Amino acid sequence: MAGQTLYDKLWSQHLVKERDDGTALIYIDRHMLHEVTSPQAFEGLRLAGRKPWRLDANLATTDHNVPTTLEERAQGNKGIKDPVSLIQVQTLDDNCDEFGITEFGINDPRQGIVHVVGPEQGATLPGMTVVCGDSHTATHGAFGALAHGIGTSEVEHVLATQCLLTQKMKNMQVRVEGDLGVGVTAKDVVLAIIGRIGTAGGTGYAIEFAGSAIQSLSMEGRMTVCNMAIEAGARVGLIAVDDTTIDYVANRPYAPTGEQWQAAVADWRGLVSDADAEFDQVVVLDAAEIEPQVSWGTSPEMVTGIGGEVPDPAEQTDETLRNGYTRALEYMGLAPKQKITDIRLDKVFIGSCTNSRIEDLREAAKVARGKKVADTIKLAMVVPGSGLVKRQAEEEGLDRIFIEAGFEWREPGCSMCLAMNADKLGAGEHCASTSNRNFEGRQGYGGRTHLVSPAMAAAAAIAGHFVDVRTLEEA
Amino acid sequence: MKKFERTEGLVAPLDRANVDTDLIIPKQFLKSIKRTGFGVNLFDELRYLDEGYPGQDCSNRPLNPDFVLNQPRYQGASVLLARRNFGCGSSREHAPWALEDFGFRAVIAPSFADIFYNNAFKNGILLITLPEETVDRLFKEVEASEGYALDLDLENQRLTTPAGEVIEFEVDPFRKHCLLEGLDDIGITLKDEEAIRAFEAKHRAARPWLFRDSA
Ligand code: SF4
Repeated sequence: MAGQTLYDKLWSQHLVKERDDGTALIYIDRHMLHEVTSPQAFEGLRLAGRKPWRLDANLATTDHNVPTTLEERAQGNKGIKDPVSLIQVQTLDDNCDEFGITEFGINDPRQGIVHVVGPEQGATLPGMTVVCGDSHTATHGAFGALAHGIGTSEVEHVLATQCLLTQKMKNMQVRVEGDLGVGVTAKDVVLAIIGRIGTAGGTGYAIEFAGSAIQSLSMEGRMTVCNMAIEAGARVGLIAVDDTTIDYVANRPYAPTGEQWQAAVADWRGLVSDADAEFDQVVVLDAAEIEPQVSWGTSPEMVTGIGGEVPDPAEQTDETLRNGYTRALEYMGLAPKQKITDIRLDKVFIGSCTNSRIEDLREAAKVARGKKVADTIKLAMVVPGSGLVKRQAEEEGLDRIFIEAGFEWREPGCSMCLAMNADKLGAGEHCASTSNRNFEGRQGYGGRTHLVSPAMAAAAAIAGHFVDVRTLEEA
Repeated sequence: MKKFERTEGLVAPLDRANVDTDLIIPKQFLKSIKRTGFGVNLFDELRYLDEGYPGQDCSNRPLNPDFVLNQPRYQGASVLLARRNFGCGSSREHAPWALEDFGFRAVIAPSFADIFYNNAFKNGILLITLPEETVDRLFKEVEASEGYALDLDLENQRLTTPAGEVIEFEVDPFRKHCLLEGLDDIGITLKDEEAIRAFEAKHRAARPWLFRDSA
């Protein structure tokens, strides 16, 4: 019999019950909540007279709607100018109070983007099942945890039953072998993967990222890769547990200690796919071939290397694809065959659950050090992923580097990743963004998003257009 | 959840691939704490010529005449015909809430994104996956004949075209059952309360570090 994949192991460790009709109940160890996808779930509980099944499995924070300027944040929830956003944030506070759920509210130093907060607190542990009403829950798979996004009905279901009603996915392995070039980061790796398999390539699969290039990544880098599994269509992204994982988790507030730590580590060592495990699909990429990536279109699969150009729709033979390319170019205001380095930018956003951790900020700061943001850039902002990331960055002096270069240094939250607060693009504006989605209108009505790594975003801010970060000299 | 009844539904064609949930319902409308009222903002950025904001009266907003749902012949449509990878992106359940609130009972496409697939069924929307060629043919037929409606028979897993052609489709038995009966998942799961408690006890004994209160 073939061995088990990591996904198979996590699945069987949490399987409560399988039904004849192919659905299964799996037990949920960690449930993260934020203000956007939870109010209707709590309302549902109330209407049915139900209580959360297990309080200590839940952890909540406000992130999507929170303002990011210091003046606004100094006033707590009252600083939220949009009355509708305020109600939503306040509703999460009230629901957590009423039901007894731990919440990191707007001015808690631990507040931040839910997918930054969980790992940072050690609330995401290897071997857990982790769900959240948010598709980027795939991020937590970097720890060898089975993690995925769910809808609001499922949020209610998990609150009420501690289980998820679901079906087993298929197994895909994406291996990136060899050494990444200098200046090529985890973000470039995952964009290249999406460029290769497409935004629906992983539909129905749990993707395990493996290979020497993935193993060489830090936990921050691994989270960046798993975060965007959903952009390849896969709800789940996974990476096997190794020393890097265990070192990261050690001594975090929610991590086990003493004897339990020893027992946990022994257990976690088994969270790898068996050597003889069989995957339904295997994709292999050569790390050496990956260049820094830039997306040119309105879907994350519309991406190319910095040395590349915008494609010509006329050269596409598939009609649906051709129409998609034509529409994307029109929306993005780009010409066929335009060089990527000729795309001029209006705004730069460094942040989001993909790239707002300490290492991301260090990479961007390295490029920005001693330089100035180009005059043509209307706004360049850095939004740390959590209060703790912000504090650490300030201890390292990164905030000074950014501010001196002309970047705005903001308070933690989702910010311009989806523009539910005041941070947005204007119509027609091009933005170099370290976030994960370049959909039409995602960062503001009519806004034009280009997905890049933090280093590439910083380099673009300084040049005013995209440049190959590998050609820059360090100051 | 409403029961899914057999219906004859007018079909509206949305001819683009990778329709993401940001497009189905833009983020500014996610600020609502209710489950209803999203229908007027379904496909907001495609449907209106101006930028929408939550709580606004949409009756005076300028409509985009080119958008399919604004065309007179598709008024009252309850079946949406779409291209591959429909519903990709964000997990927002507001997307099926908006489709449902607008009046859609079913979406037909060559493929759907996973999270959207779950969310739609949990809100009584039937998603029908058909081969790319069949969908392509349906697009041509719909565009060619005004008033094109499909008979949706979930019980027998069959669509019938106006010409009388029968197209069979697959749907998993559990989802079909829930849709036909209008069942709420939580109620069904809680019937297994004892199995969940037994699993939980075993899980806690094996991996106590997953339970903060047993530290
Ligand atoms: S940072 Fe962006 S993608 Fe991540 S959780 Fe927030 S809104 Fe979603």
